[in-house]
Amino acid sequence: MRRSRFPLIVCILGMLFFYLPILVLIVNSFNASRFSTVWGGFSLKWYALLFQQDDVWHALRNTMLIAVSATTVSMVLGTLAAFALHRFHSRLQDAHYTLVYTPLVMPDILMGIGLLLFFAALRIPLGLGTIFIAHVTFCVSYVAMVVLARLQDFDFSIVEAAQDLGAGPWTILWRILLPLLAPGILAGGLLAFSLSVDDFVITFFVSGPGSTTLPIKIYSMIKYGKPPLINALSTLILCVTFLLIWVSQRLREKRA
Amino acid sequence: MSAASGLPAGQPTAVDNGAQIARRRQRQEWWISLPSVLWLLAFFLTPTLIVLAITFKPADPYGNIGAGWTLDTIRSLGNPNYPSIVWRTIWISVVATVICLVTAVPFGYYMARAPEKRKALLVMLVMVPFWTSFLIRIFAWKVLLHPEGYIHRFLRLFGIVNEGDLLLYNPEAVLLVLVYTYLPFAILPVYAAAEKFDFHLFEAALDLGCNRFSAFSRVFLPSIRRALVTAALVVFIPALGSYVIPDIVGGNASEMIGNKIAQRTFIDRNLPHAAGLAGILTLSTVIPMLIVLGVQRRQARVTVPRRKRGAT
Repeated sequence: MRRSRFPLIVCILGMLFFYLPILVLIVNSFNASRFSTVWGGFSLKWYALLFQQDDVWHALRNTMLIAVSATTVSMVLGTLAAFALHRFHSRLQDAHYTLVYTPLVMPDILMGIGLLLFFAALRIPLGLGTIFIAHVTFCVSYVAMVVLARLQDFDFSIVEAAQDLGAGPWTILWRILLPLLAPGILAGGLLAFSLSVDDFVITFFVSGPGSTTLPIKIYSMIKYGKPPLINALSTLILCVTFLLIWVSQRLREKRA
Repeated sequence: MSAASGLPAGQPTAVDNGAQIARRRQRQEWWISLPSVLWLLAFFLTPTLIVLAITFKPADPYGNIGAGWTLDTIRSLGNPNYPSIVWRTIWISVVATVICLVTAVPFGYYMARAPEKRKALLVMLVMVPFWTSFLIRIFAWKVLLHPEGYIHRFLRLFGIVNEGDLLLYNPEAVLLVLVYTYLPFAILPVYAAAEKFDFHLFEAALDLGCNRFSAFSRVFLPSIRRALVTAALVVFIPALGSYVIPDIVGGNASEMIGNKIAQRTFIDRNLPHAAGLAGILTLSTVIPMLIVLGVQRRQARVTVPRRKRGAT
């Protein structure tokens, strides 16, 4: 049967559409000229300038602080939630499921304004603490869903076998459940981490003076000038992202 | 926590044992569920409900929430500016969703029929944007569409645009970047469903006299309709709540509800107004959200929506 070429063409055009803008951005970060369509020769001067921007590095520090702490807490909360949702079927779990699921489909801006109003009503000052709370809140659902999906593939007869052989609940938890589910929990954590590092909208609503994160810094750079600097910063971020994707891909291949 | 092992040492009467195990199980359920339930009740449900309550509060002159109750906000939502913004938000989101679906179907179809090795590469290439920063991707388009950017120069070469024409700061630019941002999330569910589709059915339809187009539309499309619903929602709902995209590549003529919420919050510092607008946005997302829950709830498998928070 002769197949239509149309899907192939859509696929190729789609890939160009996805990757050309990013490619132009990377190339331009090495452009000595300020203007994106004028090639002024190869240069690393924007990178040199970037390394002198203390506020960017301060923002990066805040971002990492929040991402690491929010990921840790949401991995614990999310894994517990997934266990509960998988193991029990009751009214409580119906409500629990709705609570976990709704943040996934809720537009960011609604979550942002809701948390801002919540903190304003309670007169809680905005800062790193409120950003941390906000990030845990949206990360929990993602971790829970990833772990829940893994639990559905999990063979619980192993647990029964362990029980028959006399293992207590803590032994089962530490020697069987956690080691076997670790890849799923880590995958959820990785997702939570990348969401936290990248979040702009919610963070923007709940951040206060002095709690600028990297996305907020990038946003103000986009709004108020210095395109070549953003090119250089973006290229660095993209490199780190690609490296992480490559590593996680390698890890997955090794397991398979 | 001992109920997990469930094997008591002695042999108590069966009734006693059953009731005890049930009680233990319930207690265990509460302990495991409580941390996430409490967290989400405090920091997700309460803020969502507070939005509704604050709509009926007055603003105080310092940009905080005043005391007492008022209907001022509700009255001001009748402002003739708002219906046009709501309407624009809906049409931009609908058009973005349609474009994404129309593109995602052949895209996902091609991916599903590609040879195994290429398939893995394609999935990877579609997934990468999911992990890359949204702000950076939006910025890349701002540079391209800029009057000094490549696209402007290219179109000028063919006389399609003139020197003074702006490609940025209009609803079309917003639409383009929305599609760019959400297309991968529409492709993934379509691909996942197309992968499970048995393409022999397709050949059978051809043998039975269908032409290629009707085989596609009457055999393939109906069997992936669930994925189409998912794909439509992962584009439509975040598109309704767009804020950063119209903020960066859109202008006054392409403001969406999200921009108005941010403007009321950060510029006018009128929180009750922002809450009222958020209420409107909530209402317009609740309906599609209920559909998602209805479709995906209690299915054999849970699907993680492949949509990313960040700079929507």
